[in-house]
Amino acid sequence: MAEVAVSESKTSMEHLSFQDECVAAFRWMLLARILDDKMASLYRAGKIFGGVYLGRGQEALSAAVGVSLKKGDIFAPLIRDAAGRLAFGESILDAVRTCLGSPLGPMRARDGNVHRGRPREGLLPMLSHLGSMISVVNGMLMARRFKGITGCVGATCLGEGGTSTGAFHEALNQAGIEKLPLVMVVADNQYAYSTPTSRQFACKDLVDRAIGYGLEGHHADGTDLENCLQVVGNAVKRARAGKGPQLIVAKMLRLCGHGEHDDASYIDPKLKQSTAGRDCLKVAEGMLVKRQWGDAKSMEAWRAEFVQQVDEAVAMVQREPAPDAYKETWQALASKHLGETFPEI
Amino acid sequence: MSITYLEAIREAQARALADDPRVFIYGQDVGEFGGAFKATKNLAQEFPGRVLDAPISEDAIVGSAIGAAIEGYRPIIEMQFADFSTVGFNQIVNHAAAYFWRTNVPLPITIRLPSGGTPGSGPFHSQSMEALYAHYPGLVVMTPATVEDAYSMLIEAVNIDDPVIFCEHKYLYYHLKADKLPDEALPTGQARIARAGRDLTIVAYSAMVHEALAVAQELSGEGIEIEVVDLRSVKPLDTDTVIASVARTGRLLCVGEAWPWGGVTAEVIARVASEGFDLLDAPPQRLNAKDTPIPYHPNLWSVHRPTARSITAAARNLLQM
Repeated sequence: MAEVAVSESKTSMEHLSFQDECVAAFRWMLLARILDDKMASLYRAGKIFGGVYLGRGQEALSAAVGVSLKKGDIFAPLIRDAAGRLAFGESILDAVRTCLGSPLGPMRARDGNVHRGRPREGLLPMLSHLGSMISVVNGMLMARRFKGITGCVGATCLGEGGTSTGAFHEALNQAGIEKLPLVMVVADNQYAYSTPTSRQFACKDLVDRAIGYGLEGHHADGTDLENCLQVVGNAVKRARAGKGPQLIVAKMLRLCGHGEHDDASYIDPKLKQSTAGRDCLKVAEGMLVKRQWGDAKSMEAWRAEFVQQVDEAVAMVQREPAPDAYKETWQALASKHLGETFPEI
Repeated sequence: MSITYLEAIREAQARALADDPRVFIYGQDVGEFGGAFKATKNLAQEFPGRVLDAPISEDAIVGSAIGAAIEGYRPIIEMQFADFSTVGFNQIVNHAAAYFWRTNVPLPITIRLPSGGTPGSGPFHSQSMEALYAHYPGLVVMTPATVEDAYSMLIEAVNIDDPVIFCEHKYLYYHLKADKLPDEALPTGQARIARAGRDLTIVAYSAMVHEALAVAQELSGEGIEIEVVDLRSVKPLDTDTVIASVARTGRLLCVGEAWPWGGVTAEVIARVASEGFDLLDAPPQRLNAKDTPIPYHPNLWSVHRPTARSITAAARNLLQM
């Protein structure tokens, strides 16, 4: 039976004050933004083999998810969840190694960029097929129930575009039937790649879908860290307390292209000027200063600390050896004896 | 006492549940009802909480099996019909099949596919999906032809650390009987010489093994001795046993109930042609279902799929080449 453990950097937020939680989440947001910016510049420099996908504008929601989970929980993030991943316990090294294709990373250069995780530690590597992570989290939660483990939560993230898939429907219906402690977090960032919400769904409000699946539904302002922490924290608490699966829909604007290859010229300029178009990192910074939970000096110190951490990780990974195709097993089966007996399978 | 192919599948699951607390069954109507074909009859009663009804959500069923396997469980998934597994195709081929290679975490999931045609079943309750799944790296694809293999291979499927696509043939469910369940079995991947011969090799799997054996019996009366190779699993594919048989007979006919394009018969012929070309005394031949959806009326269906009659004709033709 797989032991559940989350990497050492994960700190339980259970006993933190809301102030401490806000500060912690803000620091993860800032680190994620710096890490993302570094990946974007490496992409422009031609140092990354595949695409680069940023979480710019979604860090508040993502960090709120990571901070609200605790050791032993399950997290299946999506492409814009660098902040949540870090807050949940993913190391900067895991992120950088996967993006740069280092064989020392958790995906061993076999998979890249956002497709990274450590399943046995509760952090799932995402599939590009949207909605397909939800039922996997359901299955893990069902397994925990079989084992008699109570009080753990599984959270997963998706954009509003992913809510149009059959997998989303099947999995939320399944979670409702099984009354699983699932927290489904939808970042309604106004565009699925280039497709606006008007071409994505016809319902008045995505939260209305919750009732159809037997879920509890919640709105959040994805640009407001305090609100994200309150809404996500409450949903996680309710799931943990046995109130069944939860759906959160948070509104914000994606402040970047779908990936770094995309100039996002299709984004409506009016949206950029709207409340949803605010940069959650700047809003959170203003909030911390206003509440005197941080000041310009501490922000600058954090920024310098994170820039150094990211630069060090990148420098280290860039010195690591590239994968060697001649040392690759080229065996897809875990049953090694089958691969050995039948080399051409 | 005799036991059917279907009862063997039920017994194998009962044994897997009894032997290993990590095993559970999940699928549509598999619980108290016992499954559309009764392959899980009474199992929910015998193993409370471990045989669970699922909503009609093949994607979510397979997805949750992946999650349970990550947690160390060994789920058995019943697809009501093999045909419906296409709704869960993404989870099977992109998620489950690729998982070990991507993450180093094995996923011991058994996906049972009630496969193949029966009279009157039509386009969407008759399909043979083995070639489709065998195409993807990371899956084992089993195609048992006998009661004994249905039992022992299903137990082996549950014990294997990889996702296994278990293609059980519905045509064999009730008609095929054995005296008792086996105590031992050939290793996974190893083909079986179902009948020894010297003039022609017929390679078959699943229900087609029995059609091939009927042909061999019939032609034996004319002094023609056909060797029948039962592949047992199409992935791994036991190339060595096939080539050894062709070395004895010099002639190869591959028979599959599935459609021809890019299928198991094509793969077998490709391997024999590339690795054993000089063993062949005649061009290797194959016989598959016709390249149309599977027809409803038995008159059409019995011509759509290979039968002893069409295999006999193909064998005679090959012997004259």
